[in-house]
Amino acid sequence: MLKGRHLIEPADLSIKEIDEICSLAEQILVDPAAFADVCRGKILATLFFEPSTRTRLSFEAAMLRLGGSFLGFADAAASSAVKGESLSDTIRTVASYTDVIAMRNPKEGAALLASKYSDIPIINAGDGGHQHPTQTLTDLLTIRSIKGGFNDLTIGLCGDLKFGRTVHSLAKAMSRYQRVKFILISPSELQIPEYITSQVFKRSGIEYSTEERLEDVIGDLDVLYMTRVQKERFFNEQDYIRLKDSYILDNEKMKLAKKSLIVLHPLPRVNEIAPEVDDDPRAAYFKQVKFGMYARMALIAKLTGAI
Amino acid sequence: MLNVDTIKNGIVIDHIRAGSGPRIFAWLGLDKADYCVALIMNVPSKTHGRKDIIKIDSIINIDYSVLGFIDPNITINVVVEERITKKINLTLPERVENVISCKNPRCITSTEKYIPHVFKLVDKRRAEYCCEYCDELYRAGIGEVM
Repeated sequence: MLKGRHLIEPADLSIKEIDEICSLAEQILVDPAAFADVCRGKILATLFFEPSTRTRLSFEAAMLRLGGSFLGFADAAASSAVKGESLSDTIRTVASYTDVIAMRNPKEGAALLASKYSDIPIINAGDGGHQHPTQTLTDLLTIRSIKGGFNDLTIGLCGDLKFGRTVHSLAKAMSRYQRVKFILISPSELQIPEYITSQVFKRSGIEYSTEERLEDVIGDLDVLYMTRVQKERFFNEQDYIRLKDSYILDNEKMKLAKKSLIVLHPLPRVNEIAPEVDDDPRAAYFKQVKFGMYARMALIAKLTGAI
Repeated sequence: MLNVDTIKNGIVIDHIRAGSGPRIFAWLGLDKADYCVALIMNVPSKTHGRKDIIKIDSIINIDYSVLGFIDPNITINVVVEERITKKINLTLPERVENVISCKNPRCITSTEKYIPHVFKLVDKRRAEYCCEYCDELYRAGIGEVM
């Protein structure tokens, strides 16, 4: 039963519940008109304490397409946080007006804190470099729809694996499936946090390896998940400039990959995927954007009890 | 060697890592006690070289689980009528609250000051705990007590 629940991290959803959400998203994708009114009268709050275009618009579009409405703010400067209001007070206030809250906050653990003070569902739309479960749902829906399932896949995670929250969430979620293998491709400065390898991979018996060069391993991959080296995650600009071009996917590297590879990216990209790759049928990142809206529609419908 | 009288009814916290005694003394609020208490430091020990001991001349309620987090080698003897009636060996608690603080500057606890700092045991063998909010890892007993 998903009605009334919070979604803070991917592990909050069982494998069965993820399947349930993905199945509903696929039904909506096939026949959106059948779901155009299921959230009529319900309000989604989008509380974005950090700038985001894609995720916020995706949530808002999702609610509108379900027949509901939304309110909220697009950056912290427009909220009472600038007056010094605590997050718990903001949440208690907003929860009095709305039916479900999607929140992005630069601080890690902010969504968990919000869930402790809210009697309506909190959806974590990103908490700093920590978790981003709806991007994970998007990624899972994309993989399931194109690859037909989640088992027996070799997944390459490439780029900023240290601060990239989408990577952490996806790694946790995919570790629950059978015979999944991870290849972690990053500069040593941006390797995946130790808690993911020690608490997730080792505990789940997941095979993984660490690599520095994408071209050395791209031929082994079924899924390549590229990430942006995000400027705002660096403490100084020099480090950013030194590392940002380390891992760029282009047609030369794509020649080394399997025909069945799919390339995913949470977007926005800067230059880590050359535009020439966009025409390659294995590039799935723009399909992923659309899947994101359907995944959020399914999630909102389930958490609000509309379906 | 310094002699401290035996206690009649109370608690002896023994095998404290040398130097940690004052921290535990403060944690238990013994500096405000109105009964007889003693903190003995750098006592010669066969197994540890040196150790600290705390003697409390009163049966008080102690949060043993927290002491297990600070130093699981500590032993606690309950004394009744000058005889040890109970020995308590400490283990790592599953959860500690407001014992250490999360040092991750990106953690929500760094800005929302009213939240308790909660850590969950994630690896018993390595005595590893993670922050409930940001998952940052910490070793039991290391770091400043809040």
